[in-house]
This record gives sequence, C-alpha cells and structure tokens, in this order.
Amino acid sequence: MQDVKAHALLINEVGLHARPSVKLTQLAKRFAATIEIAIAADGPWTDAKSPVKIMRVKAAKGETLYMRANGTDAEEALRALADLVNRKFDEE
Amino acid sequence: MGEQKNVGIVIVSHSAKVAEGAADMVRQMVGDSVPLAAVGGNADGGLGTDVGAIMGAIDKAWSESGVAILVDLGGAETNSEMAVEMMPEERRERIVICNAPLVEGAVMAATEASGGSPLDAVRATAEELMAN
Repeated sequence: MQDVKAHALLINEVGLHARPSVKLTQLAKRFAATIEIAIAADGPWTDAKSPVKIMRVKAAKGETLYMRANGTDAEEALRALADLVNRKFDEE
Repeated sequence: MGEQKNVGIVIVSHSAKVAEGAADMVRQMVGDSVPLAAVGGNADGGLGTDVGAIMGAIDKAWSESGVAILVDLGGAETNSEMAVEMMPEERRERIVICNAPLVEGAVMAATEASGGSPLDAVRATAEELMAN
C-alpha cells in the first residue's frame, strides 16, 4: 500500500512541547495505520504513537511537521492530525 | 475498548507533595481516562512510604487490565514490591513496577495507557525513557 503524506505548520506558541506531544500520540493511537512524523520532508521519521519518541522531536513554532501514514485509515488519520496541529492542539 | 479497561497508574513517592504534584501533571497532560492514584509519606505523615497505603493506592487505581507503579527512591520500590506481594494472588501478575523516572514515567505510562494499550506496552513506554 502506498504511503499517504501530509504536512502542517506548527503555529502554536510552544511547538511540539510536552502537552502537544501527548495529544498528538493520543490521537495517533486511535488509528490502525502506521503513522510517522518528521521535521524534514525526507525524515528521519518518528513513530507518532510513541510518546517518548515524539517528545524527543522537540519541533518549535514555525517548523513544518511532515507526516506519512500507511493503512486503511491512513488518510483519515493524517487529516485528523493535521487538523490538531492547525487547531494549535486546542491550547490557545 | 471502554475507558474502564485502561491500565491504571500508581505513583509512589517518599513525599506526599511530590506524589500529588506528579498526579496533577498526569491529569492535566493526559486527562481522566486512566485510573490514577498517588501516595506518599509514611504512616506518621513524614517522608517515607507505607506498604498499606501503597496497597490502598493499587486498589484505587485498579483496572482489570492491570496497574503500572512508578516509584522514586529505594524504599518506595521495596515497599511497592512488598505491597504487590500482599495483594490477592490473582491480581499480582497484573501489577508491574516500572524502572523509570517518577514524573516523566507517570506521564508517559498514562499516555500509553490512555490509548488502551496493554500493561506490557505501558511499562515498555515508561522504561523507554531510560534508554540512551
């Protein structure tokens, strides 16, 4: 199956800090697809369902979050994740 | 999977304040979908840990999917081990003590648990903090 790809600009003040990281992994876990994120279009890729790994990404405001997913609900997953980023993780 | 089935988290510190503060962080960052109990201090209200109180916290956070315990220093671990040994036999194998830092481990374990992950995965996520 082909990877589904998406990207979203981090526009919230703190970027991918602790709480946004938790929200991102919680959302990612609701989908069956494998989901990875990166802060460059060519990786390195990080498992979006791993809270420990996501928190170590440390992406700041203004950086672009690249996402790729694979599975039957991959498109839905990336739409939901991009939406979370665009909503500033519901924090502001 | 219903929320009641999520793995529970128990925080055991020598200090009641540390335990409560760590639990506050879990609640704020992860939410209410994970059974959570925090316990700290000895029976006299001083710094320390108390086996009976730890058993009470395990009961409070109990889930059929099991309970992951996060501890701070030495006595918290040995008293937690003792508390686990004193729990009913059918529950013992569903209680694990994580080798992870207390606060970060509790937040990470609860995050993993909030997604409905099994006990082994919850412990592995907390213990991943110790890797490199």
